[in-house]
Amino acid sequence: MNADKNFVVGVFDNEEVLLDGIGKVRTNGLKIHDVFSPFPVHGIDDALGLKKSRLPKAAFLFGLTGTSLALTMQIWMLGYDWPMIIGGKNYASLPPFIPVTFELTVLLSALGMVATFMIISDLKPYRWPRQFDVRSTDDKHVMAIDLALNGGKSKEEISRILKDAGASEVNEKNFE
Amino acid sequence: MAHHVEVVEEQYVFRSETRKKIFMLLALGVVLFILGLVFAMNDSGHHEAAHGGGHASVAEAQKLVASADQHGAASEGHGHVEAGGEHHEKPLWIRRLFTTLWMNNVFFTGFGIIGLFFVAIQYAAQAGWSVGVKRIALAMGTWIPLAGILMLITWFVTNHDIFHWTHGSLYDSKGADFDPIINKKAPFFFWPLAGGTFPLFYIGRMVLFFGLWYYFFVQIRKNMVAEDLEATNAYWYKNRVMATVFLIFFGVSSSIAAWDWVMSIDTHWFSTMFGWYVFASWWVTGLATITLIAAHLKSAGYLKIVNSNHLHDLGKFCFAFSIFWTYIWFGQFLLIYYANIPEETVYFIERMRTSPYSWIFYLNLILNFVLPFLLLMTRGSKRQLSTLKLVCPIIIVGHWFDFFNMVTPGVLKHEGGVGLLEIGVALIFAAVFLLVVLNGLSKIPLFGKNDPMLQESLHHHI
Repeated sequence: MNADKNFVVGVFDNEEVLLDGIGKVRTNGLKIHDVFSPFPVHGIDDALGLKKSRLPKAAFLFGLTGTSLALTMQIWMLGYDWPMIIGGKNYASLPPFIPVTFELTVLLSALGMVATFMIISDLKPYRWPRQFDVRSTDDKHVMAIDLALNGGKSKEEISRILKDAGASEVNEKNFE
Repeated sequence: MAHHVEVVEEQYVFRSETRKKIFMLLALGVVLFILGLVFAMNDSGHHEAAHGGGHASVAEAQKLVASADQHGAASEGHGHVEAGGEHHEKPLWIRRLFTTLWMNNVFFTGFGIIGLFFVAIQYAAQAGWSVGVKRIALAMGTWIPLAGILMLITWFVTNHDIFHWTHGSLYDSKGADFDPIINKKAPFFFWPLAGGTFPLFYIGRMVLFFGLWYYFFVQIRKNMVAEDLEATNAYWYKNRVMATVFLIFFGVSSSIAAWDWVMSIDTHWFSTMFGWYVFASWWVTGLATITLIAAHLKSAGYLKIVNSNHLHDLGKFCFAFSIFWTYIWFGQFLLIYYANIPEETVYFIERMRTSPYSWIFYLNLILNFVLPFLLLMTRGSKRQLSTLKLVCPIIIVGHWFDFFNMVTPGVLKHEGGVGLLEIGVALIFAAVFLLVVLNGLSKIPLFGKNDPMLQESLHHHI
């Protein structure tokens, strides 16, 4: 059986039951593929045991790119390519470069973070997002369990664990 | 819906051990102050000799300032000489004492009004997370009346030695000291009286500001205390109105206070960003103080309702407004640097290039920007008591130096410096401030058990 294709989907009615349920499901040895909620649920990261995001590191690298790009550009333009005396200052004097450097740092780190986030979240323009249950965009919380990653357990067993954990209904979802 | 959490009311007890520690700080301050005073008195005698011997760098720097002054004067078409030799000057040690008294007074006044400002913002923004720390900030407001009294007394004792514009001869159009620039600014100080008489407008503003700040403090505190006795939201709504009116008044008064108490020392010079600059410095110092007191109370076993999420918010405040201060600092610097107008640049030449101030000028940026920026950058560091207890004192000390460099060069020129005298006075102020504030804190419970935002604060999660 291929991973990322066949899922058992538990539907939860509210976030309190969900948070409680995540703990129960995990202690029963199930690996959770992901949980979808219509609004941010505080504490869900800890409950799911998600690792700390590496996005800040990406942001730092993008920012560093912006800083060096801005400084290189300004020093080259005003210091070498077209030297001009402005306000009696040196050709390449640092203080007036700081605003542009700051702006480019912020711009590149922001755009870079958005791009990185969209790529790692599979939110590419040509890609139609998968929906495990359309009600996760309205009033239900949806927990997806990948069958292939929980190979030792049958659909019925997973279904029973989800029901015990507080799911109001359990469905199957298969993607081609 | 989230669970309703029951909490136990807490009361801060100002223990005698804590008081003893603060008195030791006070004693240390007094000892340093007396030593510094003795050194400074002896130093005054050798002063001229030291200059005769000639520190190359000092002499050079003086020349720079002098030439900048001349440029300024020339472009104004007038040969005015700065305070220097024309008035009867008191000995250097007295002027140093006056300067540091005034500087510390302005600096610590900021702690008081920022405490109130913080509380007002919580009401105006309907903030829920801050229930556990709101009364620490409120307690800082107990400093306001004392600060006002000290400010008035200090002003009347020190005026001619600190504020060049108080000299009556500057406004006498027939006299040798007549200064047309300062004369034009006369109504700002002396209205409705004539220039060079009694600065009625200036003193009136000072009294009005402290009076109204104290009035708002008393009203907001009264409503908070009443809320403890009667479980109703009405007091919270009353305070929101009070807070909003205070914030409008504070916006105007803090700016004018900055011009009056700090910028008017350099009477010729002006910066349109100065109100913001002083506010930014006061605000981040106040935030660091609130955080530091909260962190120490937490370590002492108080504030059970404050957890790492609330600390995270306080840490973010310190981090963000350190950067905000840097932004304002740089904004003011860049405009003056780029325009390169002598009467504006003289301010930075005095501070960047003359020997007693230039190291403070750069230290200022390291303590108030580089260190808080690097040390508070990660999420973890903002959530830990240990890092907050390290960074907050750095910010507070850093902004003390910031205020030092705002006030001293304009008064003492090249004769200023940070010695035992200045450190002693700062410690005395810190100790008395702590005594007043912690005493105020011990008068009412540490948080409002009937605060409508209490449950939200308990569930705060970031």
